[in-house]
Amino acid sequence: MSSPKTIIEKIWEKNVVYEESGKPALLYIDLHLVHEVTSPQAFEGLRLKGRKVRQPKRTFATMDHNVPTIHTNVIKDEVSKLQMDTLKKNCQEFGIPIAAMGHKHQGIVHVIGPELGLTQPGKTIVCGDSHTSTHGAFGALAFGIGTSEVEHVLATQTIWQAKPKTLNVKIDGQLGTGVTAKDLILALIAKYGVNFGTGYVIEYTGEAIRTLSMEGRMTICNMSIEAGARAGLVSPDQTTVNYLEGREYAPKGTEFEQAKAEWLSLATDPGARYDHTVTLNADEVEPQVTWGTNPSQCIPISGQIPNPDQAKNPNEQNEIKHALTYMGLEAGVPINSVPIEHVFIGSCTNSRLKDLEQAASIIKGRKVNPNVRAIVVPGSQSVKQQAEQKGLDQLFKQAGFEWREPGCSMCLAMNSDVVPPGERCASTSNRNFEGRQGTDARTHLVSPEMAAAAAIAGHFVDVRTFA
Amino acid sequence: MEPIKQHSGLVYPLNRANVDTDQIIPKQFLKRISRQGFGQFLFYNWRFDEKDQPRKDFSLNSPKYSHASILVGGENFGCGSSREHAPWALQDFGFRVIIAPSFADIFFNNCTKNGILPIVLKETETQQLIKNAEATDYQLTVDLTTNKVYDQNGFEASFDLAEYPRQMLLNGWDEISVTLTHADKITEFEKSHIVY
Ligand code: SF4
Repeated sequence: MSSPKTIIEKIWEKNVVYEESGKPALLYIDLHLVHEVTSPQAFEGLRLKGRKVRQPKRTFATMDHNVPTIHTNVIKDEVSKLQMDTLKKNCQEFGIPIAAMGHKHQGIVHVIGPELGLTQPGKTIVCGDSHTSTHGAFGALAFGIGTSEVEHVLATQTIWQAKPKTLNVKIDGQLGTGVTAKDLILALIAKYGVNFGTGYVIEYTGEAIRTLSMEGRMTICNMSIEAGARAGLVSPDQTTVNYLEGREYAPKGTEFEQAKAEWLSLATDPGARYDHTVTLNADEVEPQVTWGTNPSQCIPISGQIPNPDQAKNPNEQNEIKHALTYMGLEAGVPINSVPIEHVFIGSCTNSRLKDLEQAASIIKGRKVNPNVRAIVVPGSQSVKQQAEQKGLDQLFKQAGFEWREPGCSMCLAMNSDVVPPGERCASTSNRNFEGRQGTDARTHLVSPEMAAAAAIAGHFVDVRTFA
Repeated sequence: MEPIKQHSGLVYPLNRANVDTDQIIPKQFLKRISRQGFGQFLFYNWRFDEKDQPRKDFSLNSPKYSHASILVGGENFGCGSSREHAPWALQDFGFRVIIAPSFADIFFNNCTKNGILPIVLKETETQQLIKNAEATDYQLTVDLTTNKVYDQNGFEASFDLAEYPRQMLLNGWDEISVTLTHADKITEFEKSHIVY
């Protein structure tokens, strides 16, 4: 019998087209997702050289980064509009399927791939977006690429890649009540830092991962890049198969049975070796809140803002000081006393139906604090429609949340959903970088439940005791 | 792309860790559909205030750095978003070489596809370079044919770069043309490769 292999090695071997020793391999790409911001220069490059798209049907485009989330019929921002129109024209010219504005499948690229069943175990998936790691939740090898690589994949359906090192992130234990996948990934990055995954593909393993829903797994894999890893994945199991069955682009009938057997066989073999392993115990994880300007600057809700004088080294001390100044926070203050002015529930990390349901479950007839402006932005048209069928829109609106159209929205504030300078936002997104949600905006990353609770309380609050 | 074999230039020191691509080029400038003209927006929120006036306390605004072509930064340089607008902005501003103790993977890749040479040196070495550059106008030479970085006062350091990106940079190859020489292999592969 051949030696046990990780899923990463199995996908790699299945998709290498050509290899010479000492060089990167030419890796075949099974699915290329495209959006309006990182693609125009790639299409322009093709045109300049008279090149075609090799596999338009293995390519799928949507609009998400720029789209308005209110009054979507008139796009006021001319520059944004040009970018969206350009994508539409490019897709027409090159024969690429597109879910444009107004299409029933439009949404955040990392939300629609899975919900349409385009994302499948064993596929190699790329997109000009670093959160492509999200699709790894299905046992796909999925990673973000730059625009030059987008052009390369369009033209050749391949990419040159060095074989990745493998990192096992083993999360055992059980999630406590009120603790979510978001808290796990934030706690992990707080523990090991923002670049422990650099150069690796992560496989998330362990009891806590096995018992997570697909939505939870997507939240975790989504933030792999925040740990420095281009890709993070979970071996497929029955949960994966159940999610995919019946989806629009998933195989049907006997083909599904065949695919299912193949998918399950991709799971990492018992005894397979990784280049490195780190662990986390889910039992010990509390709801998390970031306090700084990178995702590792994160504490449990019971914690206090750290003191730069207690830093491990001068570099870290510098980083903490810088972050505290930017965030307008003082050392020693309990995080649950920090008031907020904005709440954003959305983004490719936490905008799926389950996320919205969990956020809504916190409301219980209460109202958003008068000092807070709270918006809910579903990840896709389909999420929005399903949520509305369940009456979630009414629940949110009655509580004082704004209910918006799908898009990236306040996750990166490229449209008009911006946090004003100096104001503070509890956000379910993935990056608390300086200026991410608006110039001088202050972002705190949290789970959907924690965001909803903060919206009502007007400050951060422990969902576990927020009866 | 423009090949890079040897390069000498003025060093701009940026002594911060985890400089993310949102800082290098903020999102409000990602709406353009061409590759050119991003240099004016480089580090925009650090260089300019709310009224779009240059911030005096940000060193890159000092006139002497308008000719800088080698940036020396801190660890995990270029983390975050995959936006290739980041290397485009650095390049358009005039940078040809970025030196740091470590880089984020996607950014590193994006640099090599645009004729920018990313160099990993030890933290002690980058700190030395930053100190030198903070003290005076500091010129450095980078030689990709010998994988060495040196100055005129005796500083010398070697670096590693995988052979593939190294050759791409040395020769300024168009990667797609290289790959298309393997087109028959891709066609052959597609015949038996199953995608559901
Ligand atoms: S939701 Fe945010 S992180 Fe996700 S793709 Fe959109 S901008 Fe990027």
